[in-house]
Amino acid sequence: MEHSFLFQALVFLIAAVLCVPIAKKLGMGSVLGYLIAGIILGPFVLGFIGAEGEDILHASEFGVVMLLFIIGLELDPKEFWGLRKAILGFGSLQVFGTSLLLFLCFLYFFNWSVNVSITVSLSMALSSTAIILQTLKEKGISNTIPGQASFSILIFQDIMVIPILAVLPLLAIPGVAPPTTNHTLISGLPGYAQTFVVFGVIGLVYAVTRFVVTPMLNLIVKVNLKEVFVAAALTIVIGVSYAMTLVGLSPALGAFLAGIVLATTEYRHSLESTIEPFKGLLLGLFFIAVGSTINFGIIGSKPVEVISIVLGVMIVKGIVLFAIGKLFKMTFKNNILTALLLSQVGEFAFVLLNFSTTLHIVDKTTFDLLMAVTAISMVITPMLLVVYEIVQKFTLKNVEIPKQKPDEIHSKHDVILIGFGHFGSTIGRFLRANGISATILDSDPDRVTMLRKMGFNVYFGDGTDVDLLFAAGAEKAKYLIATVDPPSVNQQIITLVKKHFPHLEIIARAKNRYDAYELLDMGIESIYRETLYTAVHLAVDVLAKLGMRAYTAERKGQDFITFDEAAMKKLAKDRHDTKQYILSVREQIELQEKLLSEDLHFTLTQHDNAWDSEPLIKNAQPKQR
Amino acid sequence: MKKILIIFGHPRFENSKVHSSLIEAASSLENITIQDLYEQYPNFNINVAHQQQLLLEHDVVILQHPVYWYSCPPIIKQWIDLVLSYGWAYGVGGNKLEGKLMCNVVSTGGSTTAYTKEGSHQHTLLEFFLPFKQTAKLCKLTYLPPFAIQGSHRLIETKLQDIGLQYQQILKMLQNDDINTSSDFTNVTLLNELLKSI
Repeated sequence: MEHSFLFQALVFLIAAVLCVPIAKKLGMGSVLGYLIAGIILGPFVLGFIGAEGEDILHASEFGVVMLLFIIGLELDPKEFWGLRKAILGFGSLQVFGTSLLLFLCFLYFFNWSVNVSITVSLSMALSSTAIILQTLKEKGISNTIPGQASFSILIFQDIMVIPILAVLPLLAIPGVAPPTTNHTLISGLPGYAQTFVVFGVIGLVYAVTRFVVTPMLNLIVKVNLKEVFVAAALTIVIGVSYAMTLVGLSPALGAFLAGIVLATTEYRHSLESTIEPFKGLLLGLFFIAVGSTINFGIIGSKPVEVISIVLGVMIVKGIVLFAIGKLFKMTFKNNILTALLLSQVGEFAFVLLNFSTTLHIVDKTTFDLLMAVTAISMVITPMLLVVYEIVQKFTLKNVEIPKQKPDEIHSKHDVILIGFGHFGSTIGRFLRANGISATILDSDPDRVTMLRKMGFNVYFGDGTDVDLLFAAGAEKAKYLIATVDPPSVNQQIITLVKKHFPHLEIIARAKNRYDAYELLDMGIESIYRETLYTAVHLAVDVLAKLGMRAYTAERKGQDFITFDEAAMKKLAKDRHDTKQYILSVREQIELQEKLLSEDLHFTLTQHDNAWDSEPLIKNAQPKQR
Repeated sequence: MKKILIIFGHPRFENSKVHSSLIEAASSLENITIQDLYEQYPNFNINVAHQQQLLLEHDVVILQHPVYWYSCPPIIKQWIDLVLSYGWAYGVGGNKLEGKLMCNVVSTGGSTTAYTKEGSHQHTLLEFFLPFKQTAKLCKLTYLPPFAIQGSHRLIETKLQDIGLQYQQILKMLQNDDINTSSDFTNVTLLNELLKSI
């Protein structure tokens, strides 16, 4: 069936818009929603997508590329280092243990050749980063023990793709000349040379990202055009992917590497938030495509084989994960959840199996069979999780209360500081001097670069961007300090934060009294007027210069600040309903007048009584008479 | 039941296991109000009106603090200076505290024997606390001997729990008037002694 592009796009979007909310409402998560949408659209139900399903799958694999780019970006080397034991321990045991068991199964039960068994078992050992990370994020369990364990294993798997891809050419049967339709630059080379090229290319990606892309971004940011930055971000991802496909490598891998390299630059968060919407759409498309390519024909013709491989693979993966969990002394419940989460075959299987088909390790029939297996296992995982949650609901007594021990990595970033100008930087410095490293956002590229050189944790970006706030960890943080000048932008940020992150306590800089009124109206309680404290401090010093004892002046200053803050709240209430930011001159004068008349109440500080001997003397005098 | 106001001052509270146990023990009881002065008034700008109102609402005032140079940390003294004002707590018309009880609950690094005539400090805590005693007297308060946790540098974890329980016992005795009515409280130099006899 030939359809116009617009019609196809419409069908996909409608499917996504209908199925995803329904799936979410039923507690199944968006992944399963997309997959079901794909199955419905696919050739076996409605037939909107026919053979082109595979093309769409290939096209939308780009969503996975973007996902890996973002995962790379999120992999702060420090965070990565903190997880190193979990990654190496969990990850290596999972990949090697699962591969070995699967290898033996394929070799003995299916009588596949050694090379095929190795290839397939390695491909099947990897889990779906897309499904798991999306699920962790949606269920909000990224920071739980199963979440961290899954993440560690996934990272190791992502890294393992590199050596696996490098090793696969060595498994190719020499002598079988491939009639290459899919000609790559290295396909003519012998196996060892291909391996060499693969590592060369990886090195090249690192070098180019580090020494070409980063300076390029510096230039682009100065142009200060959002769409140019978007274009640049897409250029990076697509460029790397193209380079990788030229040499027949996984674009996902290239993007992942580029992401890791860029993670150390100040553009990390803004790149992340720029790519995020593209990733979301394409990933949705990818899941739909996976659903649509499930070959029910193969399932129909070889039901036993398909089902036995699906069950076999998932059970083996589950058992290995459970054993590792036991080894690492995870609780039964966490262990089960981790095993369920990671039991499917991941999208890397598409990539690896594709690659091995072009290398003629795996034949077309086996490939089709394994693709079906992969897709089915992907559909089963979200369903298993639904079952898991239902079971959990019925056994509520067993629900473990998540340990209140805050996560080390994230507790360091409880504070988000927006704006690192003269005002914000003082806050940032003081906090850092006391061991609090806030996540800092600032929109001046030169300043960001300079501060980063000084070792500050500063990121380039505008706080008025919700995605960037998400990327900066606003969901997990506790306090947000808004110090941006002009106040209108600061208020814009605060409105946004209050709407999207109501749990965050906002601490705001107010330019002046009027600005403070606006903030009070917005329901902000912690307001710091930059004109109050400095001005009072100055006035206190003037009193001291004029001969008032310093401690007395200091006490009066403190009392005045308390008094003025109370007066501000009082006047804010009976202020006219002038919602505009700038008050008219007449209103300003009126306000000053009110303040000055309020000040008449501030003549004698409470403390003047304390050390005042006047009343004592007065009382003593009549007696002396 | 009498209501107790604990005026607490410790400049490094975060490092004090003894006072943490004491405060924790006290806050688990009812009819007790704790004022953490260093936390509430970090710049020594004590809200006098508020503190005086609290005094009016309570029957027993406890000054809880570590002993520094035979006395209290400066914020407790600041509190005394500011809150116990002329014409209110003492002097002409100053009778707002009449009939209430007051005592110090303290921790000392030195041992109990160090605070004896023969010990290295040569005087008892009660003797060192003469200024508090006289302040109480001037404000028409009844001053009780201090409750002291001594040798605080060498206390072990298990002892900390006992301290909390002892403090609770003392607080309950104060609330139930058990101390005021007992005639022998004037003969003891520390409230701790009273505790043992029960």
